[in-house]
Amino acid sequence: MKKMAPDSILDVRDLTVKFFLDEGTVHAVNGVSFSVPAGRSVGIVGESGCGKTVSAYSITRLLPKTARISGEILFRERGGDITNITELEPDGGDMRRIRGKEISMIFQEPMSSLSPVHKISNQLSEAIIQFQGLTKRQARARVIELLQLVGIPQAERRVDDYPFQLSGGMRQRAMIAMALARNPRVLIADEPTTALDVTLQAQVLNLIRDMQDEFKLSLILITHDLGVVAHMVDYVSIMYLGMVVESGPVIEIFDNPKHPYTRGLMHSIPKLRGRRGERVEPIPGFVPSAYALQEGCPFCERCPMREERCTKGIPQRVQVGSEHYVCCHVYQPGEGEPDVVNA
Amino acid sequence: MLRYIAKRLLNMIPMLILISIISFIIIQLPPGSYLHTMMAELRAAGDQISMDQIEALRIHYSLDQPVHIQYLNWVKGIITEGNFGFSFEWNRPVKHLIWERLALSLVVSVSSLLVSWIVAFPIAILSALKKHTFLDYFLTFVGFLGLSTPNFMLALILMYISSVFFGFSVGGLFSPEYLMAPWSAAKVVDLLKHLWVPMVVIGTSGTAGLIRVLRNNLLDELGKPYVVAARSKGIGIARLTFKYPVRIALIPFISTVGWQLPQMISGEAVTATVLSLPTAAPLLLGALRSQDMYLAGSFLLLLSSLTMIGTLISDILLVLVDPRIRYE
Repeated sequence: MKKMAPDSILDVRDLTVKFFLDEGTVHAVNGVSFSVPAGRSVGIVGESGCGKTVSAYSITRLLPKTARISGEILFRERGGDITNITELEPDGGDMRRIRGKEISMIFQEPMSSLSPVHKISNQLSEAIIQFQGLTKRQARARVIELLQLVGIPQAERRVDDYPFQLSGGMRQRAMIAMALARNPRVLIADEPTTALDVTLQAQVLNLIRDMQDEFKLSLILITHDLGVVAHMVDYVSIMYLGMVVESGPVIEIFDNPKHPYTRGLMHSIPKLRGRRGERVEPIPGFVPSAYALQEGCPFCERCPMREERCTKGIPQRVQVGSEHYVCCHVYQPGEGEPDVVNA
Repeated sequence: MLRYIAKRLLNMIPMLILISIISFIIIQLPPGSYLHTMMAELRAAGDQISMDQIEALRIHYSLDQPVHIQYLNWVKGIITEGNFGFSFEWNRPVKHLIWERLALSLVVSVSSLLVSWIVAFPIAILSALKKHTFLDYFLTFVGFLGLSTPNFMLALILMYISSVFFGFSVGGLFSPEYLMAPWSAAKVVDLLKHLWVPMVVIGTSGTAGLIRVLRNNLLDELGKPYVVAARSKGIGIARLTFKYPVRIALIPFISTVGWQLPQMISGEAVTATVLSLPTAAPLLLGALRSQDMYLAGSFLLLLSSLTMIGTLISDILLVLVDPRIRYE
């Protein structure tokens, strides 16, 4: 049997996802590793196309058929057994059981992620009826309870609405209720606030955090927003071009960012109390194409700290602090502790 | 909703008046009248006909009166006594001719529509789910084969099969012994025995188009985020496919069924002529050719009314199947 760190519920190890398209092979995720301690929250941060959503979809095996997935995604079942999700059939019975009872997802677009022609009650009770063996009437009562829990007013009436009759914020709340309906142990939130007004974002994030406490959830939050991460999670992994370039406890990453990309991200956050006329510093250059793997460090073309060795060989993971890891040639294994993760 | 339907029904009245005027103008448009056709036929047969006789016929058929008086008389007859005028060619009141024909047309149309749906929907769904596989290409090929086979050709082949292998009488909707018989259970059974040929012929003609449209609708829907979200709930693929994307991809078909009916009634003309079906289309064709004006006009009027009613039914169905649509 595979071994996992005793406190983690989900271990992603050396995950690689390639898409075989007519236009060529897209290297979406190239050896990503992170683990989710039970009951804690992990943020995955990166810009569009860095592979963060693909990594999340790999965990629930919801990727399109053109995707080839390798590496390990170890999940600790309720009984303590460990299941390697990458070995399951994407729509087979085991995977469906995990989706239906263990790992729920919240999606980016609440409008398009709910069927436009089915009532909220129908869409929310479906999985409860199938996986918890409730009757229709019991499931409906449970759905109303959940809607109340996520803060939808007049839940008894709203339960019979169609998604288009709810406002954007209410829809996202309904989607959170739909994810919670299955009593999951892991919740993956894929940019849950991107489609919402700024005023609603904080509300929805607070709701997700409350629900995490309420349901004792382990949370994976995927976002491009460092502010959201600072507010929400315990651990963070920074992704760039399909790789985790830096990871560690969120306070450590914010106080002491090591990777030049992480530093660039920090600089590109507009400061509310910055000096007048001070400009936000964008990271120069563009993200390279994911069609061809680069020889050296994926970030080296845009990197202000670039050295000769950066163009040769992918940087190894180096420990630079307690639970703080970075993939950068600048930090040599000798300077910190060598890579002993994956334990 | 009820208010909406009532409003739509009221709107139909001016529309119907307009349509009746246009129908009447259309049948007056070709030069000459039924009398000219009759005279030409009589001359061709070698009969002599005097001007007096023609004049008498003109008065008899009210053809001597101005067009607008003829129109008003026609409409008055329809409204007051359901009398659609007199068919010159058949020498019988129009109302005795059309109703049974329209009813049989409706039977043929509805059953053909059902056949094309029953054939097309599973094929389209299979094609979309197995996109770009051998099965998909094969089914597409068969569909195009159906599209490009002329209806009359298929009709002749099936007529041959039904008479040589099953021993049914050729063509029509009834065996000779039931042709004039009043309606009975046995006559219905006889009708069903004959119905399958036009059902298949007319049904398959629309199948290929349906397959393509539904396949593409479904492919669009299958990629939507709500399908991924439904999968993320752990629901089985087959079940969620039918519950979500298929349901949504079918909306356009259910909502257009109303106005397919009149289209199919007039669209089956070639098949009905080849198979000599006692349906509306051949009768309409004959009436137009011989300038049998009241018969032709009544048909045009009834088909237009059917179109309007069909459109209303479509709109009502659309509200029922798609909750996003509301009429206020």
